[in-house]
Amino acid sequence: MSGTTAAQTAKHLLEIKGLEVGFKTQNGVVKALKGVDFTIDAGETVAIVGESGSGKSTTAAAIINLLPGSGQILAGEVLFEGKDLAKASRKELEDIRGKRIGYVPQDPMSNLNPVWSVGFQVEETVKANGLAAGRKAVHAKAVEVLENAGLPDPGKRMRQYPHQFSGGMRQRVLIGIGLASKPRLLIADEPTSALDVTVQRRILDHLDTLTRDDGTALLFITHDLGLAAERAEKLIVMYKGRIVEAGPSLEILQNPLHPYTQRLIAAAPSLASRRIQSSSEHLGSIHHRVDDAASSVDLIDAAELRVEHVATAAAGPAIEVDGLTKVFKLRTGGLKTEDFTAVDNVSFQVPKGTTLALVGESGSGKSTVAKLLLGLEKATSGAITIDGRRSEKLAGKELLALRRSMQPVFQDPYGSLDPLVNIGATISEPMRVHSVGDRTSRRERVFELLDQVALPKAIAGRYPNELSGGQRQRVAIARALALKPDIVVLDEAVSALDVLVQAQILKLLADLQGELGLTYLFITHDLAVVRVIADNVAVMQKGRIVEQATTDEVFDSPSQQYTRELLDAIPGAGIKMGL
Amino acid sequence: MSSDMTGAGATRSASHFVASVEDAPIDSVDAVKLDEKPSNLWIDAWRDLRTRPMFWISLGLILLILTVALLPTLFTQTDPRACDLANSLAGPGPGAPLGYTKQGCDIYSRIIDGTSTSLSVGLIVILLTTVTGVLFGALAGFFGGFVDTVFMRLGDIFFSIPYILAAVVIMSVFSENRNIVVIALAIGVFAWPTTARVLRSEVLRVKNADYIMAAEATGLSKMGILLKHVLPNSIAPVIVVTTLSLGAAITAEATLSFLGVGLPPQDYMSWGNEISAAQRDLRTDPQTLIYPSIALTLTVLSFILLGEALRDALDPKARALR
Repeated sequence: MSGTTAAQTAKHLLEIKGLEVGFKTQNGVVKALKGVDFTIDAGETVAIVGESGSGKSTTAAAIINLLPGSGQILAGEVLFEGKDLAKASRKELEDIRGKRIGYVPQDPMSNLNPVWSVGFQVEETVKANGLAAGRKAVHAKAVEVLENAGLPDPGKRMRQYPHQFSGGMRQRVLIGIGLASKPRLLIADEPTSALDVTVQRRILDHLDTLTRDDGTALLFITHDLGLAAERAEKLIVMYKGRIVEAGPSLEILQNPLHPYTQRLIAAAPSLASRRIQSSSEHLGSIHHRVDDAASSVDLIDAAELRVEHVATAAAGPAIEVDGLTKVFKLRTGGLKTEDFTAVDNVSFQVPKGTTLALVGESGSGKSTVAKLLLGLEKATSGAITIDGRRSEKLAGKELLALRRSMQPVFQDPYGSLDPLVNIGATISEPMRVHSVGDRTSRRERVFELLDQVALPKAIAGRYPNELSGGQRQRVAIARALALKPDIVVLDEAVSALDVLVQAQILKLLADLQGELGLTYLFITHDLAVVRVIADNVAVMQKGRIVEQATTDEVFDSPSQQYTRELLDAIPGAGIKMGL
Repeated sequence: MSSDMTGAGATRSASHFVASVEDAPIDSVDAVKLDEKPSNLWIDAWRDLRTRPMFWISLGLILLILTVALLPTLFTQTDPRACDLANSLAGPGPGAPLGYTKQGCDIYSRIIDGTSTSLSVGLIVILLTTVTGVLFGALAGFFGGFVDTVFMRLGDIFFSIPYILAAVVIMSVFSENRNIVVIALAIGVFAWPTTARVLRSEVLRVKNADYIMAAEATGLSKMGILLKHVLPNSIAPVIVVTTLSLGAAITAEATLSFLGVGLPPQDYMSWGNEISAAQRDLRTDPQTLIYPSIALTLTVLSFILLGEALRDALDPKARALR
């Protein structure tokens, strides 16, 4: 491979030295990068891993000098093929962007202009980079670009508009655009975070092939340690604008030296799932390296704890769903409607005090099941029995009583709390609605709940926008627990959180379940999380449950092809953890 | 595939770098910071407003105008109706700092006296448009479907008629008993759809938030959700629109009076009437027209400036862009 020989010469393809980036705010310049150094050689795949706010995306944007808003490079050099891009003129940068350095943005939903056809946007790139001249040649080149990106029937698809493409197809188009002029370096900023795992896997496999064939170096930005380690040879772990650890992926995974990296590895569900499969003694060394026990969580410990208490839990179903079906009427223009079956003859049981994980990709109907269960939507047919009572026909007072025993926690910690209501009032609202207790007793209960979710009492007078995502999710859990429910429906409740926070919330949920004997319906797209939280798993595909078994059975001997695909697509599944 | 990667990694010598813990200290994960003051949209908006000179200037002017309207005798002792033709179009003199009109009336006292008319019309109009607009907009947006269709098509009908034209017609019908309430109704009846539309689109945005679903799951009633969660989160743009339309309503009153279909000049002091009466002498004696115009412009401008300041403060996105 030509890239490898180039790499062995002393010169690096990209060399970043002492890079500092600041954003101007009302309180002066805030540094997002505080001196970052790393190199990428030709043909190499490097992943930057970090949580939100670590500066990983800022690093990517600084390389091509496309910092958003008030961002600016304060110090340092970005040497690309020996040329300092930090000091390059606008003209020089425009020549390099697209042609020498390709860029694949994070969100495939918003990075294609909805008013132009996909073909037009690809042709635009082809023209801007001077890859072809003349209308016919440009068109032919654009078709070729899309074909290389793995888009089926590109000639026909070019005339279509972005909204007619699925998320995965749009990301293929963006990757095609990024690689159109065979750049030396491709920067991919969370290229698959918005996609389903099976789609993510196909796209990344394809990206691997493309970059390997052309000897393109790949800088890959992600929050998922498992994904990074699986896809990249070199790993850079960033924390608060600094690189805390860098080196060969496997070596970092097996022998993390910085406490932050150790914490990340202990908390990453994809790796935890992998570690449960491998022998725990082999990686046992990671456990006692984590020194700050108070704020770090090892998911394996949490999972073991759960198994212990579940063994003692009493049986008997808390939730029983039988033949549940929900048909939506979709408007197909004019007055015509078309039936769309979102939930198709779904049946399951959740024994008291246990967790059932409902797993599926987007559009599988898992969230609709949650809404039907909570009575936020009416079922078309089927029966829901909660604690021995048929719930789907309840109304008025009985529905209110049912709501007391079953509470939800939603995915988006930024959207699930009313921004104008303070935390104390948010948590006590369910008690006020159900006229439970008086002012003082409600106050007492709010403090008790805050204590249960490990938040200080002083937070009661605060407003949601002052809290981090994890804190908000704790508040949402406290609100759900206010009426002492038996059942909590967790709809993607940890999906939007950073890894470390996610691990803490998972542990909190497990602790609360042990303490209060709660029954969880845990809805998620992330099979990796399931392994550490659930007792039973139901896999949904296109509105139907395709497989249902205990967690260990599903992970160790999945009976369905679809489940196997999902399991294989868990990032990190391909890593050999030194076995 | 992973075996390929180990192969590729082996040919390269990537060193394992670790930052010292002193260089990159680790905070405890997700710690609670409580050293900052409480804040939400309204508190933040107030903190933002406090730093804006434009807010204080417009607020000062509005307070001054309110004082003039409520206590005109503080500013002038002259009876605006005591006119002496001997003073017709005379320049400034003792007791008449701005000179006299054609009828020999004191311009200054007539402007002072007209303030309360303009303001009362403006306030009644926005009271009307806000109550109607909020009621229709909130119900239409929140309940959707049939309610939405009926209310919004009704709004469209009112919206399709230029409200000045409609007001002219209404005022012509009520030619016998024109007063402040009638003129305010004539203006306001056709101006509410703007408020309703603004609120409806906000309600549509807010009602799909997860916290609305969470409130529903606790068992809070539909009306309770609308009043407790939806309205407080969608009312901010209405406040801005209301402030801005107060200025527009004052202009509308002046326009109607100028056209001769407003308040009867013999019964009401109105800036529009003053401007109308002065137009014939514009070339020879511009002061008769200029002073009431300045009063009108200043009043309208201060409400618009206040509205702009509120808009900037209440829209965090606009704040971030500056």
